Amino acid sequence: MFSNLSDKLDKAIHVLKGHGQITEINVAETLKEVRRALLDADVNYKIAKEFTSRVKEKALGQNVLTTLNPGQLLVKIVKDELTELMGGETVGINLKGTPTVILMSGLQGSGKTTFSGKLANYLKTKKSKEVLLVGCDVYRPAAINQLKVVGEQIGVEVYAEEGNQNPVEISENAIKYAKANSKNVVIIDTAGRLAVDETMMTEISNIHKAVNPQETLFVVDSMTGQDAVNTAKAFNDVLNFEGVILTKLDGDTRGGAALSIKSVVDKPIKFIGTGEKMEAIDVFHPDRMAERILGMGDVVSLVERA
Amino acid sequence: EKSKTTFFSKLSKAVAGKSKVDDDVLDNLEEILVSSDVGVATTLKIIDRIEARVAKDKYLGTEELNKILREEIAGLLAETNVGNETEFTVPKDKKPYVIMVVGVNGVGKTTTIGKLASQFKKQGLKVVLGAGDTFRAAAIDQLQVWADRIGVPIIKQKMGSDPASVAFDTVQSAVNQDADVVIIDTAGRLHNKVNLMNELTKIKRVMQKVIDDAPHEVLLVLDGSTGQNAFEQAKQFTKATEVTSLAVTKLDGTAKGGVVIGISDQFKIPVKYIGVGEQVDDLQVFNKIEFVDSFFK
Ligand SMILES: Nc1nc2c(ncn2[C@@H]2O[C@H](COP(=O)(O)OP(=O)(O)OP(=O)(O)O)[C@@H](O)[C@H]2O)c(=O)[nH]1
Ligand SMILES: Nc1nc2c(ncn2[C@@H]2O[C@H](COP(=O)(O)OP(=O)(O)OP(=O)(O)O)[C@@H](O)[C@H]2O)c(=O)[nH]1
Ligand SMILES: [Mg+2]
Ligand SMILES: [Mg+2]
Repeated sequence: MFSNLSDKLDKAIHVLKGHGQITEINVAETLKEVRRALLDADVNYKIAKEFTSRVKEKALGQNVLTTLNPGQLLVKIVKDELTELMGGETVGINLKGTPTVILMSGLQGSGKTTFSGKLANYLKTKKSKEVLLVGCDVYRPAAINQLKVVGEQIGVEVYAEEGNQNPVEISENAIKYAKANSKNVVIIDTAGRLAVDETMMTEISNIHKAVNPQETLFVVDSMTGQDAVNTAKAFNDVLNFEGVILTKLDGDTRGGAALSIKSVVDKPIKFIGTGEKMEAIDVFHPDRMAERILGMGDVVSLVERA
Repeated sequence: EKSKTTFFSKLSKAVAGKSKVDDDVLDNLEEILVSSDVGVATTLKIIDRIEARVAKDKYLGTEELNKILREEIAGLLAETNVGNETEFTVPKDKKPYVIMVVGVNGVGKTTTIGKLASQFKKQGLKVVLGAGDTFRAAAIDQLQVWADRIGVPIIKQKMGSDPASVAFDTVQSAVNQDADVVIIDTAGRLHNKVNLMNELTKIKRVMQKVIDDAPHEVLLVLDGSTGQNAFEQAKQFTKATEVTSLAVTKLDGTAKGGVVIGISDQFKIPVKYIGVGEQVDDLQVFNKIEFVDSFFK
């Protein structure tokens, strides 16, 4: 499944070699391979299609520079286009507001609780903030305990209300508590929910209205497949979130979901998760992600060989 | 519903009375399959099979083509899925029957264990759970909540202790209690982490000190919304633990879980269960026809 893009493009580039200009005919095979590489990387079907036709438009009629053959030029166009799509500058967290309120959202098991801990730890150690973690997952067995253990590991206080089943109330009370105890940042962990679960989507919408967060973050598993677009769009429709967190990138997934989400909601990916430990957090690099999706390391070596 | 009608009506127009499926229909089929995470390679395989069938059995009606379509897709699952079981069963000749549950992070292992334990208990079987995730924050507490909910015993040690030792204790205790089923939870781990994968092999080996052919079943849990990476998961977990069955979770959402078709085809591992919610009864025995039908809904 994860055969290198270079293998796939190798043949296609042979076809292109020796032509001075990119034409409809010599580009077709290569673009088919690019599209397939995108699909194998879990880029959404429609988005992969749109992407390749945009690349085709850009490529057609381009004259080949002396140093590049048409194949190389095409690969360069693909990479540039992908990097641009993934978003230019790295976007940080908005820390305005007293306190700053950050709301986590996402599907079950995407990594919200773990990321809440990582972000708290990051803001505490790198930005010298007084952080309060808030446990609003009143459903999952031992969810609050999990957050408490995480809080203990990083030395950050956790606000929870045992017996209270109302996350809207808990989050409102937490903000009062934060103000009274001079916390600068409040991070609200919520239960995982499906976008099609209306009751649960209404619940998070109500939390959102009640606490009016500076940052609402959508946490998504980087191994997600074709469904990423549906979910991201549905969460964005309800929450109009500020940014995306891409977790579990320490795996070997290509992470095409990142491109799909970016295309469909056009919100910046702010951080990535690269492990289970509290330190495994990194800012997002669009160019690296573009390379990862296409296996561009492979493509670079291909270009050198060509 | 909408895509179903459009796809099948297009299909009828394009196919009735012809000996070849036209490109439009195949494009459409490709979109449906790829969008269900079936993957390009498996999709092409399915399309080839359909073209071959259509070429052979000329002048098909839509009805027949619909049937062929489902058969060919389900056919990739057929060899490994005996298929029509509706019951949760454990073999009677292995006592206790030991199930070890593995998978990457957050896919639904612990929840699936809770649901499975409940099904077995309902059948009057004596179940023991083993809290083999000693790593993740409150993982032991989470399994404890499930055990209390269902009313089954759990064997556990402190957070940070050796998971192989927990597994050993659990199997030993189950033998002593004359239990019927043992289910061992393990920590989520990404399949590219060699040390963690070796740990699984060790957990497995240590259980064999108590029962030589344990674990009788290694259940790999896959998140239904996972894309093509699930292939590599199946490959690496199989390498480390000889996975014998699959569970696909979170199919109550909009994701289709189509990647398991290729996995089942390539690794010959049957899909046994599907997870359709977070509650105790939200586990079903896998039904391949219903599963394939869900792609066209
Ligand atoms: N390898 C790896 N594992 C991660 C990462 N982020 C989270 N995890 C693991 O993924 C699993 C799920 O993480 P949680 O933080 O519990 O996810 P959640 O979104 O809070 O889950 P729910 O509350 O059940 O919806 C845990 O095993 C985490 O340790 C990551 O970046 N890399
Ligand atoms: N909607 C839905 N949610 C599920 C299903 N199965 C599990 N979940 C949820 O997914 C999240 C993760 O489930 P867990 O059972 O903790 O997953 P795990 O594989 O044990 O996770 P780690 O031990 O952290 O690797 C929880 O919020 C569960 O409630 C399912 O079939 N449908
Ligand atoms: Mg959580
Ligand atoms: Mg677990």
